Amino acid sequence: MTSQLLYGTRLRALSLLTAVTLTAGFALAFFYAPMDADQGFMQKIFYVHVPMAIVALCGFVFAGIMAIQHLRTRDARYDLRSYVAIHLSLILGAGVLITGSIWAKASWGHWWVWDEPTLVSFLVVFLLYATYQPLRFSIEDPERQARYASVFAVVAGAFVPLNFLAVRMAQSYTHPRVFATADGGLPDKMKLAFVVCLLGMSALYVTLWKYEMASKHTSAQLRSLRRKLGGDEAVTPTGRSAAPSLGTSQ
Amino acid sequence: MEAAPAIELEGLTRRYGERVALRDVTLSLPYGATLVVFGPNGAGKSTLLRILATLLRPHAGTARVLGRDLPGEGWAVRGSVGLLGHAPLLYRDLTGRENLAYHARLHGVGLDRAEALLEQVGLATRAQDKVHTYSRGMVQRLAVCRAVLHDPQLLLLDEPRANLDPAAREIVEPLIGAASGRTRVITSHDPAGGLADADVALGLRDGSAALLAPVREVDPAQVGALYR
Amino acid sequence: MRRAVSALLRKDLQLELRAPQAVPAMALFSITTLVVFHFAIQRGQVEGDLAAGVLWVTLLFAAMLGTSRLFVADHEEGGLDGFLLAPVDRTALLVAKAISMFSYLVVVEIVAVPAFAIMLLGPTPGAGALAQLVLVLVLADAGVALVGTMVGALAVQTRARDLLVPLLALPLLIPVVIAAAKATTPLLAASAGDVEARWLLILGLYDLVFGLLAYAVFDFLVED
Repeated sequence: MTSQLLYGTRLRALSLLTAVTLTAGFALAFFYAPMDADQGFMQKIFYVHVPMAIVALCGFVFAGIMAIQHLRTRDARYDLRSYVAIHLSLILGAGVLITGSIWAKASWGHWWVWDEPTLVSFLVVFLLYATYQPLRFSIEDPERQARYASVFAVVAGAFVPLNFLAVRMAQSYTHPRVFATADGGLPDKMKLAFVVCLLGMSALYVTLWKYEMASKHTSAQLRSLRRKLGGDEAVTPTGRSAAPSLGTSQ
Repeated sequence: MEAAPAIELEGLTRRYGERVALRDVTLSLPYGATLVVFGPNGAGKSTLLRILATLLRPHAGTARVLGRDLPGEGWAVRGSVGLLGHAPLLYRDLTGRENLAYHARLHGVGLDRAEALLEQVGLATRAQDKVHTYSRGMVQRLAVCRAVLHDPQLLLLDEPRANLDPAAREIVEPLIGAASGRTRVITSHDPAGGLADADVALGLRDGSAALLAPVREVDPAQVGALYR
Repeated sequence: MRRAVSALLRKDLQLELRAPQAVPAMALFSITTLVVFHFAIQRGQVEGDLAAGVLWVTLLFAAMLGTSRLFVADHEEGGLDGFLLAPVDRTALLVAKAISMFSYLVVVEIVAVPAFAIMLLGPTPGAGALAQLVLVLVLADAGVALVGTMVGALAVQTRARDLLVPLLALPLLIPVVIAAAKATTPLLAASAGDVEARWLLILGLYDLVFGLLAYAVFDFLVED
């Protein structure tokens, strides 16, 4: 298995990069970027909310691509990549909904508004992907579980843009949205802060993804080594699980 | 005499999660011959049959059935393989005739052949009754009809004589027996009976081939040893 | 392939007539839902957007019932194996089941829509509005049938089948709900209007996308 070392490499460098960009991003957001005239300080939450949303959605799409590869090659490693990606995007998605809700309360006085099409679409996408884990858990045969999970990831991934389109069209009018306040783009200072935050969030996602992949890979290798040395009795049976197993290595 | 074997397996492996259902099975079976597969429950007999039937794909190794590689060319083989497994694959709310008609249509076989088979196994009088009214023996006879409906070159039989009384066994013998001229793979728990019916014997234990030899070299006691 | 689809449809029709799994339950459920709606929203008559909402929620929930039952007969009777052993394209099963689901929906709508009109709908739609309603129903049903077939095939192999079907299908069907409800609203309004073309386009796009998706992934769902 030549991929043994792939997931453990560059973790330290990546973690450092993440820490630096995120801190820089937040610092820029808080101190450098100007206050928004309409919404005041709470508008700053957009520097967290929007990058999280963009990264989460990219994560879902990436998971869909990994799922396609899994179905094409039947290689369990693609399934693991897809699983971890969805897992992380879901966590970020929860963050998006929470920060979105805080923003809504601060801006419009309600904890939830239906007028923000992006937020509403996100809720639908979140509800859909939240069924990924229960779906996996309810299928016992590991190969079938992985296969069905991949089918789900592909369908859900294709669904995301369609959903956004439909919800956008359903709004009869939209509240002033952050990107629309200064049409033609944000003021440069805001743009810089936003871009750095976006980079930081992406770095965070990639780092966490690599950490989780490395962890799962190591566990799988440990199991297979144990099995090689001690036979099948040395390994505790996994029982039912929603997480992909990498199978036995010959 | 066909040069190429009907079945050619090499290192065939199939896993179920971390458990190995079939491990490194290698064998070769000529056309017209019968392979009998022995082994305790969970040894991998049904898995082997399902792979040969193109229902499961191998995880490792190669499988060549009727000259075609599985799983890639499985679609080409399907019309020439008949499976009689544990499940009769019949709809209980449909009549015997309707069940066979459904399979006949799927396989592109004429309904007259279905009628002829029903006649041959003695179900013609009950053909218009729903399958849930049939006795187990009748269900098995109907399942045999279903399995041979499309005149397959290769027959895969999972304990075919279960549920059949001696009279019924005689009735289905020309359809699924050695005299039918088909290549056959049969699973069996009966050492003497199984060996008598076959040319090659395979004994599976925990997925591995513990025994593989022409029948004349196999002693029923060896078969019994598999189960201990 | 056409031969396989017709063999499958014939078998499903025979089974459904003989031992009804889906259609009577769906139809009855839709009527019951309408009654529940009356009490829940505390109105004797609805119109416009509320009417569209009540109608589509009712149809959607009936569809969930049908989706759960779509593959059950095949799965229980040892399954899909009988079909998988045949030298036919697996896509035939997708086509056959989608057509079955579509037909179930049509039958349910023949019952539910008049019931809705009698029980809850205030304004009486004219012939033109009805024709447009049929168009919306056809487009929406196609989408529901496609999603239902995929989710049904997926869920039938799992342990928590009845839970998973609505959890998976409802979010996926939200674009259909959005477009269908928006499209139907002017048809059921007191001062009747016409359907806006963009909603029909959305439904059409959805059907196309999910049709292609279903075609691409279905094989992976039915193989062992």
